[in-house]
Amino acid sequence: MTVAKRIIPCLDVDNGRVVKGVNFLNIRDAGDPSEVARRYDLEGADEITMLDITASHESRATTYQTVEKIASEVFIPLTVGGGVRSLDDIKNLLRSGADKVSINTAAVENPEFVKAASEKFGSQCIVVAIDAKSINKNGDKYEVVTYGGRNKTGLDVVEWAKKLEDFGAGEILLTSMDRDGTKEGFDNQLTKAVSSSINLPVIASGGVGSLQDLVDGILKGGAEAVLAASIFHFSEYSIKEAKEALRLAKIAVRD
Amino acid sequence: MNTIAVIDYGMGNLHSVSKALKKVSPSDQILVTSKKSEIENSDKIVLPGVGAIKDCMEALSNNNLDQVVLRNMAEKPTLAICVGMQMLLESSEENNGINGFNLLEGKVRRISSTSTVKVPHMGWNQVLQKSDHYLWTDIPNNSFFYFVHGYACDSSVDAIGTTCHGSEFISALAKKNIFAVQFHPEKSQKVGLQFYKNFISWKGN
Repeated sequence: MTVAKRIIPCLDVDNGRVVKGVNFLNIRDAGDPSEVARRYDLEGADEITMLDITASHESRATTYQTVEKIASEVFIPLTVGGGVRSLDDIKNLLRSGADKVSINTAAVENPEFVKAASEKFGSQCIVVAIDAKSINKNGDKYEVVTYGGRNKTGLDVVEWAKKLEDFGAGEILLTSMDRDGTKEGFDNQLTKAVSSSINLPVIASGGVGSLQDLVDGILKGGAEAVLAASIFHFSEYSIKEAKEALRLAKIAVRD
Repeated sequence: MNTIAVIDYGMGNLHSVSKALKKVSPSDQILVTSKKSEIENSDKIVLPGVGAIKDCMEALSNNNLDQVVLRNMAEKPTLAICVGMQMLLESSEENNGINGFNLLEGKVRRISSTSTVKVPHMGWNQVLQKSDHYLWTDIPNNSFFYFVHGYACDSSVDAIGTTCHGSEFISALAKKNIFAVQFHPEKSQKVGLQFYKNFISWKGN
């Protein structure tokens, strides 16, 4: 037995409410974060990720409260991301009850921040999120993008992931911006390119529309964990059904 | 009523540990504390730890807490978690080598990674109970607990639970009044809460 593959529902939180849009349009209200988190916990989620999509300076206090509320009711790991820019941000989130923090833009703008964060808090709580976009027709070259895909960085995704491993990241949350919100499935070629190049766990994200997509993310993409939002929020599928699908595909999952 | 001191030395996720304890035992007093008097007056000690071991050891000694904590751990039922557990062992390879408190036998080494064995070891894995212990009460053998660590103890005479990630490592140790775990019971859902429930009623022998 080795470590079980994880199913991670993701809560995109805006001003204290769970939201989910398709390609950032039609944002639909999907409930109170702690209620949603508790439901997933009961259904057998292995972990919960909460992304604070407003992440404005003023909303930090709300975020800490939300984290605290989730952490007092849900006894599985909680990763929090969105606007994490300083060691103080990380300290505050961990103190509020987050188990890991996810760093995105701040890592691109200052890779040394990842190093400082992992030295201070330990690699195991430093997740770096990579938003990737395909840059050629074959779809085998990917560029790191920021600000929801609006900003190109010129960084090659695989090279960037290797650098993050050297800098002490503990886990990579890899989102295909081409697939995000499309329900066409993960970009497994992207996931495979990264998961086979580094020894860190890779969480596949972006594009899940069916339970088979979760299976493919693990078997074809080599992901250690699969993250999805909308298929769970609107009760298309339960976490329990997702686990069953993995189990049928002979993937090791937690009972 | 028990008073349980969760040692606050400025590191780690104390919130989740104390919330889990409160959840299973609303009538006990759970103190997240760095106050010497509160630690001295407590009935039980929890030593959590998240992050790099060097920072944890330094933070504990900077606050002059280490002597108080060690003195109280000598007799009271004690639970050490993750880096808290690693600090109680002889030494760790992390941060170019650190000496531990040497209360439990064993050394901490970097887990070796391969393309299929990822490090940190992050996620749910099974704990094989090597022998009976009060803290295993109502926890089925081979239950899944949550782990997140890059370093592990690979052998110990005090081992009471093992887990496999690439190779076998020691996921739980016990000696007299001390129980130490590499996993995070506060993040291990039902079995984790049961574990804390057991700790609350444990007399330390």
